[in-house]
Amino acid sequence: MPVIELSKVSRSFTVTSRTGFRRTRRFVHAVDDLSFTVEPGEVVGYIGPNGAGKSTTIKMLTGILVPSGGSIRVAGVDPSRHRLKLAKRIGVVFGQRTTLWWDLPLKDSFAVLQKMYDVPMARHRENLATFVELLDLGDLLDVPVRSLSLGQRMRGDIAAALLHDPEIVYLDEPTIGLDVISKARLREFLGQVNAERRTTVILTTHDLDDIEALCTRVMVIDHGRQIFDGTLDHLKASQSAPRTLVVDLAASLPPIEISGATVVKVDGPRQHLTFPASTSAAPLLAEIAANYPLADLSVAEPTIESVITQLYAPTRA
Amino acid sequence: MWIRSALAYPASFVLMLCSSMLITVMDFVAVVLMFSHITSFGGFSLGEMALLYATASLTLGIADLFTGSIERVGDRIRTGSFDAYLIRPVPAFLQTAADGFALRRLGRPLQAGVVGVFAFHHVDVDWTVARGIMLVVSVVAGSIIFGAIFVLGAAFQFISVDSAELANSFTYGGQTMTQYPLTVFGKEIVRAVTFVVPLAFVNYYPVLYLLGKPAPLGLPSWIGLLSPVVAVAMVALASLAWRSGLRRYRSTGS
Repeated sequence: MPVIELSKVSRSFTVTSRTGFRRTRRFVHAVDDLSFTVEPGEVVGYIGPNGAGKSTTIKMLTGILVPSGGSIRVAGVDPSRHRLKLAKRIGVVFGQRTTLWWDLPLKDSFAVLQKMYDVPMARHRENLATFVELLDLGDLLDVPVRSLSLGQRMRGDIAAALLHDPEIVYLDEPTIGLDVISKARLREFLGQVNAERRTTVILTTHDLDDIEALCTRVMVIDHGRQIFDGTLDHLKASQSAPRTLVVDLAASLPPIEISGATVVKVDGPRQHLTFPASTSAAPLLAEIAANYPLADLSVAEPTIESVITQLYAPTRA
Repeated sequence: MWIRSALAYPASFVLMLCSSMLITVMDFVAVVLMFSHITSFGGFSLGEMALLYATASLTLGIADLFTGSIERVGDRIRTGSFDAYLIRPVPAFLQTAADGFALRRLGRPLQAGVVGVFAFHHVDVDWTVARGIMLVVSVVAGSIIFGAIFVLGAAFQFISVDSAELANSFTYGGQTMTQYPLTVFGKEIVRAVTFVVPLAFVNYYPVLYLLGKPAPLGLPSWIGLLSPVVAVAMVALASLAWRSGLRRYRSTGS
């Protein structure tokens, strides 16, 4: 049975703009006719350009925002009507801001949460010990949240969101602004939590490496509408983004001529060729090796960025 | 926990408590000075004024202590940090009221208590158990009425973010008004604070009843017993407003 169910959900905002004395109102559809379901234990990457409606969706799923139309069920209830009841079963991390208490040390924030969520003390201790170890929070527990760095604070926030064993975790840009090492550590942690606790994870991000590392499923949203839903491989395959062949020749030459591939860039002796994802690279290699002084070569798979860019392109006319 | 948060800056806490005490004490000193020139103000003696003053200050002080922080909801709405309250399994109302729970706000009720003691020595009231209970109930009801106005003001901020001062004019402003016999302000004002924003029920009508004085506008004197009814109505109104405010909440862009 799906743990999250959206059916024809929309959310619009009225925007009033003022020019001189005249006020004009217009409706902006942040989310428009959105339907999907998520099964327990799934890790869903929810991606889209800025302003696509990702955060709005997350906020409707948590009950913060009331949808303008359609119906939402999360863990069997309507989030905005049963927000308090649902709160115990979900965890939320807003990458852009902390939900911890600014002036309190991390461990006091955790203690408040234990009371708020009514977590049995033994369970709380056990969880805290696990998270302190996995997220390396040991030295940070006595530090007030205001003094934490962004990466440290994010680790604190994520631990806070998971302390009450939520069934579902929403992470709104959890890796925003983090360095490569912090990102890798967070991903590893989230993967572990999902594997061990069967926690359903919904993750919005602009960092496609997050998706590649964690998500079994990707949903792409643009202008409030869903434009893709499937696995990452599926996403790559559905968009026939061309592959790239990089050849290093023994000398600088004018663009080489090969059937089935086109040179897109010449960089001294290095030339970049693109060819359709559906054709094999082997005959191309043979042809190049037979006709040109080949020194080295590599084949690049289409990057997920290029796939996504292609996906956004038609709707961005 | 929030108290600990406040105590994270101890020096500032002590200074704030002292200054808030001092400011409110100066307030009543002004009334005493006034009575060095006159013997009666709006039909009230100094002792009776003290009773009025103490009840006005005490009710606002209690309301402020418990719900005063709620006016800051506007900042939270504007910055979007209100989101953090909405993901917790505790009513957002409690979190908003408790956040920044400031012990320094004890200053006002403490000072009101001192003035209250002064009042008991100077007013000519036969203190029976029934009158005592009536006074306590009125203070509780009055505090609730002020509290409801704080909440109404906060709820209004869901529609218009910068309207915190509107509620303040009724609460802090209202307190300044209700510490005087309302009849000195004229009939229109008395009507307004009876029927529109029921500030007169906070302390004026109950005190009139206690002192055995007639109610203005030809109203019956038992109107002073209606404070709890008004309080219940105000709470209903405030809770309705707060709920609809929550449903209108639009969060911020990210």
